Amino acid sequence: MQAFTLTQPSNIQSAVAAASEPQTKYIAGGTDLLQLAKDDIETPRQLVDLEPLPMSGIHAGPNGLRLEALARMSDVAAHPAVVHGWPVLSQALLASASPQIRNMATVGGNLLQRTRCGYFRDTGFACNKRVPGSGCPAINGENRMHAILGVSDHCIATNPGDMAVAMMVLDAELELIGRNGTRKVAIGDFHRLPADTPHIETILRPGELITGIAIPASAAARRSGYLKVRDRASFEFAVVSAAVALDMDGGTIRSARVAAGGVGTKPWRLPEVEAALTGKPARAATLQEAAGRAGEGAKTTAMNAFKLVLLRRAVLRALQTVAA
Amino acid sequence: MDELITRREVMVVAAGGMALSQAPAHGADRASDASEKQTSDVPVSLRVNGRALTLHVDQRTSLLDALREYAGLTGTKKGCDRGACGACTVHLDGRRVISCLTLASRCQGKDITTIEGLANGDQLHPVQAAFIEHDGLQCGYCTPGQIMSAAALIKEGHAGSDPEIREWMSGNICRCGAYPNIIAAIRHASRGA
Ligand SMILES: Cc1cc2nc3c(=O)[nH]c(=O)nc-3n(C[C@H](O)[C@H](O)[C@H](O)COP(=O)(O)OP(=O)(O)OC[C@H]3O[C@@H](n4cnc5c(N)ncnc54)[C@H](O)[C@@H]3O)c2cc1C
Ligand code: SF4
Ligand code: FES
Ligand code: FES
Repeated sequence: MQAFTLTQPSNIQSAVAAASEPQTKYIAGGTDLLQLAKDDIETPRQLVDLEPLPMSGIHAGPNGLRLEALARMSDVAAHPAVVHGWPVLSQALLASASPQIRNMATVGGNLLQRTRCGYFRDTGFACNKRVPGSGCPAINGENRMHAILGVSDHCIATNPGDMAVAMMVLDAELELIGRNGTRKVAIGDFHRLPADTPHIETILRPGELITGIAIPASAAARRSGYLKVRDRASFEFAVVSAAVALDMDGGTIRSARVAAGGVGTKPWRLPEVEAALTGKPARAATLQEAAGRAGEGAKTTAMNAFKLVLLRRAVLRALQTVAA
Repeated sequence: MDELITRREVMVVAAGGMALSQAPAHGADRASDASEKQTSDVPVSLRVNGRALTLHVDQRTSLLDALREYAGLTGTKKGCDRGACGACTVHLDGRRVISCLTLASRCQGKDITTIEGLANGDQLHPVQAAFIEHDGLQCGYCTPGQIMSAAALIKEGHAGSDPEIREWMSGNICRCGAYPNIIAAIRHASRGA
């Protein structure tokens, strides 16, 4: 592991100033960063400790939810207002990692966890994401777990997170602060497609800090759910997952929000499914037809072609559960 | 029998030897490479099992390595060192965490409980007693982590049913597959608790 210094900032401004220096990273729960540092995939010379910042609140009100960036995954998942008002978020968090990791990991860090592509996480291999221009061994290699949506000729790595998929159906908005002030960005605009720069994963600028995540309250948020399909029953990343939020008027779907995990190079919204549900009665045939559209534009490999079938089935099951 | 040296005493001797030679077997985790080492050791004061301790650790040292190699508490085990097995589970300010992905230098002022601190004197914690009664182990390597996780799980209120116990124990892997007896032990301990 590369040696580093640990800086304890006294406030947000000094944290941002320190993190704007070269070869510097924030450390929140440390559950991804330290793994990557142990394997020399991240090699920071300075870590800026976020723990001293008073930024771990969970604020729920009639109009919405505001998670401060250091809120722990376990605390958000168990918060009664979240369980009731934003069940898809609670369910996605409870299906993530392990109880111990959820006690440590923060919602801010969660959005920035890096891909589980085995080539990326092993410095013995080339990888465009880790060493730009070195090549992508996954495209013609072991790619059963890799993405089928949003892929490029340079990288087909899956975004591994669950929480961000739930946030895609909740219209979450991230609050950022940098040297030039604050800005807000929709969760759907936060992660970038790999294109020919897979090493640039988000729109965050150097030193920019996520301070919070704002999520509006809505009828659809209250009627939402998350389904995660894994290679084992628990404590495993998604092969495929589906997040659904429905605004229902009796038996009719007024509007629908559907997103998927495990399939995209970023958390993936499925507008083709949403359009097929809008204004329709929530009958079995409607749900089936809509779910069958999931994955428009998918580009599969021999090893991961099954994900397109599994995606449609997972979306259907999630729709059936939430509509019931 | 009383002249026999215990396993733990052997470990203490071994640890002393390592310190003398300054080339510990697990040196890679202390400071992977002397030439890379630029930061000097940092002091960290914390409470471990109710005892105040000040350790001088390399900035990179995990809480797991600090406990095992600096504090001489070898009950906490290292399986994967990457968060994936739960063998290193301890309680930090009352919550279960994995110590392999916790930096010791960030534990200033924290309260840590390890498997060595779970019993009340000679009286075993109910989870420890239940693991013995139900034979909740084979090789025993994962057991300290299982027990620390289980003790927390019961306090959290997640022992309502066997499926619930299984889900909330999912962060602790047992390579020997002692799961049925582990679940039985936790079910039993939760009723007594
Ligand atoms: C064994 C294992 C299994 C897992 N399984 C799952 C799973 O099934 N599903 C899932 O979704 N996740 C899973 N994870 C990933 C886990 O959820 C993430 O590691 C965790 O959420 C990261 O949060 P953290 O606070 O620990 O981040 P850190 O490791 O502290 O930081 C991660 C990155 O985010 C940056 N950062 C952190 N906070 C901020 C901030 N506020 N502003 C700007 N930058 C910031 C850091 O600089 C770093 O680059 C698993 C992890 C492990 C170890
Ligand atoms: S898929 Fe992306 S992360 Fe994986 S080896 Fe290729 S470039 Fe690297
Ligand atoms: S050694 Fe910490 S989780 Fe495996
Ligand atoms: S008893 Fe051997 S690993 Fe669990």
